[in-house]
Amino acid sequence: MTESVHAHADEKPPGLWRWVVTTNHKDIGTLYLLFALLMFFIGGSMSMVIRTELFQPGLQFTDPLFFNQMTTMHALVMIFGAVMPAFVGLANWQIPLMIGAPDMAFPRMNNWSFWILPFAFSMLLSTLFMPGGAPAGGWTMYPPLVLMTGDAFPYLIFSIHLMGLSSLMGAINIIVTILNMRTPEMNLMKMPLFVWTWLVTAFLLIAAMPVLAGVVTMLLTDRYFGSSFFNAAGGGDPVMFQHIFWFFGHPEVYIMILPAFGVVSTIIPTFARKPLFGYASMVYATASIAFLSFIVWAHHMFTVGMPLAAELFFMYSTMLIAVPTGVKIFNWVSTMWRGSMTFETPMLWAISFVVLFTIGGFSGLMLAITPADFQYQDTYFVVAHFHYVLVTGSVFGIFGAVYYWLPKWTGNMYNERLGKIHFWCSIVFSNLLYFPQHFLGLAGMPRRVPDYAIQFTDWNQVSSIGGIGFGLTQLIFVYIVFQAIRSGSKAPARVWDGAIGLEWSVPSPAPYHTFQEPPKLTEGELQREGI
Amino acid sequence: MSSATERYYLPHNSYWPILGSIGLCALFVGFARLLTGANIGSTLMIFGGLIMVLMLVGWFGTVIRESQSGSYNQQVGRSYRWGMCWFIFSEVMFFGAFFAALFYARVLSVPWLGGEDSGISTHLYLWPDFIAAWPLLQLPDPSQFSAAKAPMEAAGIPALNTLILLSSAATVTWAHWGLKAERRRQLIVGLILTVSLGLLFLTLQAYEYRHAFTELNLGIGSGIYGTTFIMLTGFHGLHVTVGAIMLMVVLGRSLAGHFTPLGHFAFEASAWYWHFVDVVWLLLFTFVYWL
Repeated sequence: MTESVHAHADEKPPGLWRWVVTTNHKDIGTLYLLFALLMFFIGGSMSMVIRTELFQPGLQFTDPLFFNQMTTMHALVMIFGAVMPAFVGLANWQIPLMIGAPDMAFPRMNNWSFWILPFAFSMLLSTLFMPGGAPAGGWTMYPPLVLMTGDAFPYLIFSIHLMGLSSLMGAINIIVTILNMRTPEMNLMKMPLFVWTWLVTAFLLIAAMPVLAGVVTMLLTDRYFGSSFFNAAGGGDPVMFQHIFWFFGHPEVYIMILPAFGVVSTIIPTFARKPLFGYASMVYATASIAFLSFIVWAHHMFTVGMPLAAELFFMYSTMLIAVPTGVKIFNWVSTMWRGSMTFETPMLWAISFVVLFTIGGFSGLMLAITPADFQYQDTYFVVAHFHYVLVTGSVFGIFGAVYYWLPKWTGNMYNERLGKIHFWCSIVFSNLLYFPQHFLGLAGMPRRVPDYAIQFTDWNQVSSIGGIGFGLTQLIFVYIVFQAIRSGSKAPARVWDGAIGLEWSVPSPAPYHTFQEPPKLTEGELQREGI
Repeated sequence: MSSATERYYLPHNSYWPILGSIGLCALFVGFARLLTGANIGSTLMIFGGLIMVLMLVGWFGTVIRESQSGSYNQQVGRSYRWGMCWFIFSEVMFFGAFFAALFYARVLSVPWLGGEDSGISTHLYLWPDFIAAWPLLQLPDPSQFSAAKAPMEAAGIPALNTLILLSSAATVTWAHWGLKAERRRQLIVGLILTVSLGLLFLTLQAYEYRHAFTELNLGIGSGIYGTTFIMLTGFHGLHVTVGAIMLMVVLGRSLAGHFTPLGHFAFEASAWYWHFVDVVWLLLFTFVYWL
């Protein structure tokens, strides 16, 4: 095996092998981001099928089984294939640069974390061509429905095991990197907030992913080995699955949003040219959200039948999350207050994140109220809610991060004009896509149906037009990214004049190896402190 | 490990991860094919398993060589220690899922099926003859699963196994003292004792399983009692096996003189892991066998 003992060795195998055997955090970060982009389009094309079918009532293009396969696979691909790998890719590129580390703590394991993913998703996507089709019981895999999946069933379970393994190794790598690889002057309360949010996210991943692995293992043994975890005939309970699943599932939604909080907390101070307002309170809010995420899981299952005390407990604990989240929103707004603001593309994404994520947060509060949830559950209102937090929240956060750091990664400025076009089209179309779904849900349209009553037609058509537009808009993004990789005006080391942080002290593009010696903190970094 | 290397060691270009991915994929696809009744399932599984073994031996071998050649400084050692701690934490959460299933069944689902609290209408409508009890020897629907004839007693082999695992925790600590005080004999003897106790535990566990299957009709298919019993003790047994293999490697490396009083991460990691399976066993003994 060609593992050189010299830390300086910089030999890259020719061609594609370089990407297969690399242990470099920048290479692996790039791989993660490109993989996430690919999955974003695969999952996105599935949602195009959904929105096309829903353009009119009645069945036009798909049969109901295939429609259900699309909703199930769309969610699995977007969650595990697009959003999570994109954030891990950002972590890989940025965390070593932001804390002054020469690389991740475990470079080889880093490679493995990534290279499990293409295999896992090949397995998952291959189920589309299997007898009985892909899994169609929803991404939440509730038994007994999911146990009726065809030959795809074990592939679904094992692909989730593989994704879990990948996330787990990625999370251990990130948490150890943050705890052990910081440049000496950088104590925890001087870390950039993106690093803080990833520290907490990695903890959530390590705590939650094994629970998912456990619960899907129970599904496997229930189906093939005669266990009765989720079968009341043997003393088990299908609802037990939902409890264990959502014990993973709720931290999972914070896994997908906390790094976006970190991104926004990085971008806004840069373009407001003010230090982040309330750094310490941001840190404590992040930690509080992480803690609360473990005691709110049953708000996903208010209507399943639970003791009244449980309904009340999970209602109040859920509403409590609005407090630390509110702290964050107010801190971002206060950071912008009287700042010398400019509105480059990353800032536009960050501001739209604050506004639109807040809409998703408010609809979340509505859903948290148990008696109200009895009405909203399983309607398009829920779909609208989680797409506001996941698309205009997480995905917009990722877009912001990519525009913010792309010049650092490629050494070239992206096309600002096209970036703004991408942003404005995304804003218009995503709101056209998701906002009417609130109305549909409140009017009673159920989710996961290929057909609907005729009175829902108008808003569904608006939503579908928004969906197709949002999908096509993303082609602009691909063009912008590849244009920035190949050409564009050269970016200086400090790409944004209000930016602080160690990543701006290295040239653009960042050299293959950075911070072989621990760096001194910049003035801005030293001023950052938690009081 | 505690060499004078100043820089954090960064490996370059490793083929082990991609080999591991291919092995894992073959293993899982093979298993899936076996479960769905497709051909070459078991062949693919064996192939994948062999690749995994090759990968693990090769990867750990590389790490051991790098460690012995003094490439790692103390910061690398700290990374490994943190990494192992978080890995064990993830294992705790994995077992947590199965303990959650056990407690959910014992505290909620079985009493509800017996008509307690809000379960009364379900009880009367579905299985009015079912009487809730733990261990579950009568099942809600006996036509679907066949119940165990008798529970697994805590006294006897399980109690003996508790003693064995607790003793092995003592012997591994004793070996650690030997390592730190550079008493090589104590280190070797302590590790041999620990591994032997681990293997004895596994042998007794296998014997107990045979007893459960043949005489008690207690297996994964005998209702939620058998399901949680087999899954919890089964995964625990698997972890004891992994821990024993780790300790055997550590024993081999101790014989080869790899460890110094200050640098012996592999020993520490294996010992932590061993204590972890020990603690899991204590919980198992208490809640699966005893109470």
